Amino acid sequence: MKNTTPQFKSNAAEALADQQLQKALGNVRVGFIEKRQIVADALPEFEALRDNARDIKNHTLAHLDLYLEAYCEKVEESGGHVHWAQTAQDARSIVLDICRKANARTVTKGKSMISEEIAINDFLEEQGIEPVETDLGEYIIQLRGEAPSHIIAPAVHVLKEQIEEDFRAEHSHLKADRNLDEPETLLDEARTVLRQKFLDADVGITGANFLVAETGTSVIVTNEGNGDLTQTLPKVHIVLASIEKITPTLEDVSQILRVLARSATGQEMSVYTTFSTGPRREQDVDGPQEYHVVLLDNGRTNMIGTEFQDMLRCIRCGACMNHCPVYHAVGGHAYGWVYPGPMGAVLTPSLEGVEKGGNLPNASTFCGRCESVCPMRIPLPKMMRHWREREFERGLNPTVQRWGLKSWAWFAKRPRLYALGSRLAMASIALLGGRKGRLSALPLAGGWTKYRDLPAPEGKTFQQQWQSSRGAKS
Amino acid sequence: MKQPKVGLFVTCLVDLFRPNVGFSAVELLERAGCDVSVPPAQTCCGQPAYNSGDRADTRAIAELVIAAFEKFDFVVAPSGSCAAMLKKHYPELFAGDDQWEERCKQFSDKVFELVSFLTDVVFLQDLPARYDGTVTYHDSCSGLRELGIARQPRKLLNMVEGVEIKEMKDPDVCCGFGGTFCVKYADISNEIVGQKTADIENTGADLLLAGDLGCLMNMAGKLQREGKATEVRHIAELLAGRLDGPSIGGRK
Repeated sequence: MKNTTPQFKSNAAEALADQQLQKALGNVRVGFIEKRQIVADALPEFEALRDNARDIKNHTLAHLDLYLEAYCEKVEESGGHVHWAQTAQDARSIVLDICRKANARTVTKGKSMISEEIAINDFLEEQGIEPVETDLGEYIIQLRGEAPSHIIAPAVHVLKEQIEEDFRAEHSHLKADRNLDEPETLLDEARTVLRQKFLDADVGITGANFLVAETGTSVIVTNEGNGDLTQTLPKVHIVLASIEKITPTLEDVSQILRVLARSATGQEMSVYTTFSTGPRREQDVDGPQEYHVVLLDNGRTNMIGTEFQDMLRCIRCGACMNHCPVYHAVGGHAYGWVYPGPMGAVLTPSLEGVEKGGNLPNASTFCGRCESVCPMRIPLPKMMRHWREREFERGLNPTVQRWGLKSWAWFAKRPRLYALGSRLAMASIALLGGRKGRLSALPLAGGWTKYRDLPAPEGKTFQQQWQSSRGAKS
Repeated sequence: MKQPKVGLFVTCLVDLFRPNVGFSAVELLERAGCDVSVPPAQTCCGQPAYNSGDRADTRAIAELVIAAFEKFDFVVAPSGSCAAMLKKHYPELFAGDDQWEERCKQFSDKVFELVSFLTDVVFLQDLPARYDGTVTYHDSCSGLRELGIARQPRKLLNMVEGVEIKEMKDPDVCCGFGGTFCVKYADISNEIVGQKTADIENTGADLLLAGDLGCLMNMAGKLQREGKATEVRHIAELLAGRLDGPSIGGRK
């Protein structure tokens, strides 16, 4: 998809002015947070499980090459095929190739952020193949021609009334006077429409929450069951996954599963946890005839061995954005690429370059709420700060900011001059504040006073008062 | 126990904008039996540079702070954010540096945020304060999540005669200050602080308290721009009973 991350500020301004969006975002601020808190509190070993999950992924990343090889061997043993894709373009070509060989006209899709990362839908359409999203949220935004605004709740920015409008426009073959007032009726209608698509599809594409090295299994968690139909009904199943989804054993997966759904939706487990290993065997009653795994790198190996390696622990639960005040304010689309919120603020510059993605790690108050809920204990603020360091080293941040910072630092390193300068500055600002005690405008402080008053300083600095009264003592 | 020697890290915002917080801190520390000094060679903890990606200047500032404060038994700051910088982030700056790593660790181990120092280290037992009114307390992010400060300020507030505490909805959610964030991303910051002031107003409290002047100036400035009457002060001012002067941004 087109990357509009460099326009983050104007994206954000539009989002703040969009009343429908702001209404929809109100739901994010409450539901996810409360539900997560309840299930986390109910599980005494939750914090220990988080430690465990972190350790499992750290171990895996330290030996990623070995586990990837082991995984591939197991997939081949079970009759599947593994395809290595270094770039998004490689992954698209591989998928197209498989679809062409299967003479595919329709492809059903389970929810997959990697498919967004490689923008497979637009590509398949250009090639005359119809991709059909089968996750309800994804289906809705596909109808709307939009990208997901959240990694697990792709249509969280859309209101129910907007969905009704979209369904009436798209499903024009259905009776015009049908009732679509309730979420249930909308759901039923999507089910009915999708049922035929499932049966018609030649190829099914899913993502993977885990790839299990010990067995060559791919694992998906869903709540709608659409993933199961996507991967078992068509004659070809393609798993699209990035390399860091590797997990050594089934036991490891079961550990991480215990923190995944709890952190994501506040469920103990997702409704469906589906394991698939290879194509249909002789004794199987159903399943695909072909099983392909497309393993995507797309910049991830460049993160290994850097201060951004910890980001590869991410299991895409969305807890960071659910708890992020910036995400709450502007929603996911403002971030401008596939991954929004704090995890996107670290991942986007990693995968797309800090020249493009530099705004995102800057647009954080470093409140740390994301890190405090991350099931994999990823130090998100710390990594955003590392991106700011890379930007600073390369002189990518705005000249005015750099000069402001540099001149402030020059004084901050010279306490005597700093004391002198700050006395003069504070005395003048205090004068400007007058008896009112605050300023509604101040030169060079427009960013502050656009929306708030500036409390006036007392007048004399603390040091000035202290050194003249008690300073002799120290 | 011998009288602990405490170096007060005033913080730049208190020094510049709100000296009353510094004097309140001194009063509380002395009441708890500390020998308080204020080294003149202090400016700022370095966060503006650190969070802008300027490691070299941050480190230069950190070296000055360590040199000025390492002689004390304790280093205390009336700010969770600055204390966390000195305690948690300075060691990252010097990691792997033969000359500074151990020296920094010795220093950082001695650093505390004011309110938690009073409750957890010197066990302050009584307060000079009385306040007849309702207050609400905002948990500033760094103090809360990097230093685990939440229980301590409430404990001390409960020791103030006459005070009634009304908790706001989500006191642990960011106020939108975030240092330079609030001017670099003013529109987003405004949305976040607007949620916060609504939550504050809903408590009906007549005084908003917190332990960090940056957050307090942000919330005070927004409340005043919205024409709301809630007064705003640093928690140390109330605990020390230094309420005679104007509140933050209040009429002189």
